[in-house]
Amino acid sequence: MRFFWLPLLFLLPSVAPAQAQNIQVREAVLDNGLKALLLEDHKSAAVTFQVWYRVGSRNEIDGKSGLAHFLEHMLFKGTPKVGPEQYSRIIAENGGNSNAFTTPDHTVYFATMSREKIGVEIELEADRMTNALLNGTYFEPEKMVVMEERRLRTEDNPAAALGEVMAAVAYTVYPYRRPVIGWMSDILNLSRDDLRQFYKTYYIPNNAYIVVVGDFDSEKILVKIKQEFGKIQRGAEPPKVTLDEPPQRGERRTAFKKEAELPLVASYYHVPNLQNSDGYALDLLSVILAAGRSSRLYQELVYHRQIAAGVEADYDGLSIGPSIFSLSAQVMPDKGAAEVERAIDELIAKVRSEPVGERELQKAKNQVEAAFVFGQDSIFGQAMRIGQFESVAKWQMIDSYLPGIRAVTSADVLRVAKKYLDPDRRTVGTLIPTKETK
Amino acid sequence: MGVTVIPSSSEARLSPRRSILQNGLRVVTSEQKALPMVTFNLLIEAGSRFEPEGREGLANITARLLTYGTKTRTALQISEALDFLGATLSTGCGEEAASVSMTLLKKDLDAGLQLLAEILSASTFPVEEIERQKQSVIASIRAREEEPGHVANLKFIEALFPKSPYGRPVEGTAESVKRVDRPGLLEFYQKYYRPNHAILTIVGDVSHQDIIERLGQAFRPWEKGGASVAPPAPPAPGAPTVIKVSRDLTQANIILGHEGVPRAHPDYYAIQVMNYILGSGGFSSRLMESIRNQRGLAYSVYSAFEPEKYAGSFAVSMQTKNESASEAIRVAIEEIRKIREQGATEEELKAAKDYLIGSFPLRLDTNRKVAAFLSQVEFFGLGLDYPERYPDIVRAVSREDVLRVAKRYLQPEKLIVVVVADQKKAGLKTPLDMDKGL
Repeated sequence: MRFFWLPLLFLLPSVAPAQAQNIQVREAVLDNGLKALLLEDHKSAAVTFQVWYRVGSRNEIDGKSGLAHFLEHMLFKGTPKVGPEQYSRIIAENGGNSNAFTTPDHTVYFATMSREKIGVEIELEADRMTNALLNGTYFEPEKMVVMEERRLRTEDNPAAALGEVMAAVAYTVYPYRRPVIGWMSDILNLSRDDLRQFYKTYYIPNNAYIVVVGDFDSEKILVKIKQEFGKIQRGAEPPKVTLDEPPQRGERRTAFKKEAELPLVASYYHVPNLQNSDGYALDLLSVILAAGRSSRLYQELVYHRQIAAGVEADYDGLSIGPSIFSLSAQVMPDKGAAEVERAIDELIAKVRSEPVGERELQKAKNQVEAAFVFGQDSIFGQAMRIGQFESVAKWQMIDSYLPGIRAVTSADVLRVAKKYLDPDRRTVGTLIPTKETK
Repeated sequence: MGVTVIPSSSEARLSPRRSILQNGLRVVTSEQKALPMVTFNLLIEAGSRFEPEGREGLANITARLLTYGTKTRTALQISEALDFLGATLSTGCGEEAASVSMTLLKKDLDAGLQLLAEILSASTFPVEEIERQKQSVIASIRAREEEPGHVANLKFIEALFPKSPYGRPVEGTAESVKRVDRPGLLEFYQKYYRPNHAILTIVGDVSHQDIIERLGQAFRPWEKGGASVAPPAPPAPGAPTVIKVSRDLTQANIILGHEGVPRAHPDYYAIQVMNYILGSGGFSSRLMESIRNQRGLAYSVYSAFEPEKYAGSFAVSMQTKNESASEAIRVAIEEIRKIREQGATEEELKAAKDYLIGSFPLRLDTNRKVAAFLSQVEFFGLGLDYPERYPDIVRAVSREDVLRVAKRYLQPEKLIVVVVADQKKAGLKTPLDMDKGL
């Protein structure tokens, strides 16, 4: 990620629901293969414009981890027309906020500003797609910045450091085993040639799509998009990721020791992404387990037994590759990680053997539906949702999401819990705090 | 797909309205009909500065316990009810004010109002919930010790406002939290949780008149309390110093700063413009350019003048690998000195004003943001026409103003420097050397 951008943390949870009436997205495809997805929403005076490249850390190879993310940073270092670091300044002077982020699946550049000024962003993004200089002067300092980012996000963050190790254990083949930011030694060894090659291969109109949401006129903005992006040549189709994660046969365990205050217990279960219809029941299962103070894990571990300080369950169905269903709990002071793990296991065993009650299921559905309406409050959140669905399947899938959620029965929840929350398909990780040095 | 006729952005307005209920509650509303949802934001003068000596953390626990039992509902009944509606309700506490935020679907408006009225006028603070909450706060105090940025900030405010409520963590300490008891909580609640000490902002699909009528009914049991206590004396700032905290970290987490200004200060806006240029303007700021872009020393670096109602602080925050801590501090102080001596260029001033004015509407692009904003406007007494006046206030700031406020409110000789790091690797120079900018 180019810079801290907190809203993302709240917008990316697996509960990414869809709307009641069909979503009024207008789709246009330019001759060069670039797709534009436009959603007018006039309740506030702003437009968010995002360019989604279908490239992320999953497209990297061993020894080159962090390449997609480093390239994202270097794409702020200018083109023949726009000087280094000028992009952010130009957007700011036009009253806009801009940023970028890289995930395992995609790299996204965006700005939010008024309808009068959004043309500035469209021009800058078209320029960035094809004219980046990847200038040598800024290469080494920016590499140092990325290494500082890794220290900040991962090295000195015990929970994130545990998560990185767990992903490397849970995935043996699929590229999700590598962290988006890259291993430190890989970042250090990345070269300008690596960046150039990656840029040339993946930053082409036929490997990208635009998402625009907010206060604009579709006809007019489409003219501007065609004018700026239409002149860019279609590129050769980038190589496909052909790797597949083999089925896991037997539990894997890992521990991570670091100076920390409280132990953390987490488990990652292999699950399909949202293209599999089991995704809807998995989504509801995560809500039943840990969304809200009345959820099962919260009630039992945090409220009644007071052995956990907090619990989380997350089904990340919006990934291109094989997904993970994760559970985690922070252990209360003077309680043991083993006790927390046992308590979670008991609740998982229960959800795998007894159907959830009708009211409990309805409650989970209500939570998902209300969250959907609240999600529409933000134009940025709506653009993220369209972009993520387009990335995994097609944006039209948003329309089948809520009906899919409503159709889930308690028998479905029982079935997916039995099928996927199988100890043989999981990786268990524990953060073990070591003594402080002070 | 056809393009439907849409209202222009100029019609999307806040149109805030204000009323005072019979019990003294100040109500601010903004009707937003686009989505069937309503957001509540309550600010109440019941922050940590009101708590008695030796009971630090009392105000925070009072706020946290609001949803853990009323005369008619248990904690579990409250969380069941909220989760079944898919509503979100959270409470918070700062030095000045406690807050309650609630978002729900319009169809659940009366249920929500009923619950809100109950937690504000009929919370019961059950003994077992108090004990549970105390354990939870103590765990959270422990857990946050893992966050180096948080640790640095606690040390900074403690040194900046010694022996003042503004210098203490709102959560209190493990020791003071243990001393919080039911009589103390009830007394605090009955004294400070009164409508004439509160501001309630409501944004969403409900009209001013409609909500005022409903509030008149639902909030009738909430009785007026005594007059507000007199404003506190401004806290006396602590002496300049260097504070080192040793941790097993790869990065030094650095905060350097001193006293700032309260929100009502006449130079507040000139200071915000000056600070945008110095360090709050993202990639347009001087700190970002010299510390991140040119030297690759940090991923995140910024400065902030944080205004409270009766106090204020100035702080530069950054993280850099242990070994470059001294250099990063030196460069930051250099930038502070430079803007004090030379002020800003005409281009910098224009860019700062263009951003601050142009991006103002983006601060109001969701109902939740509007609700939080209007509560602040009322709390600081800025007037409901503040959004209309803001551009002119900022436009009036001149280069002379920027130089004047930089000289006056940036005080390198008064800097308090906090470094949380692996101190052996950081090898910091003495405070005297730093002051000379070595």
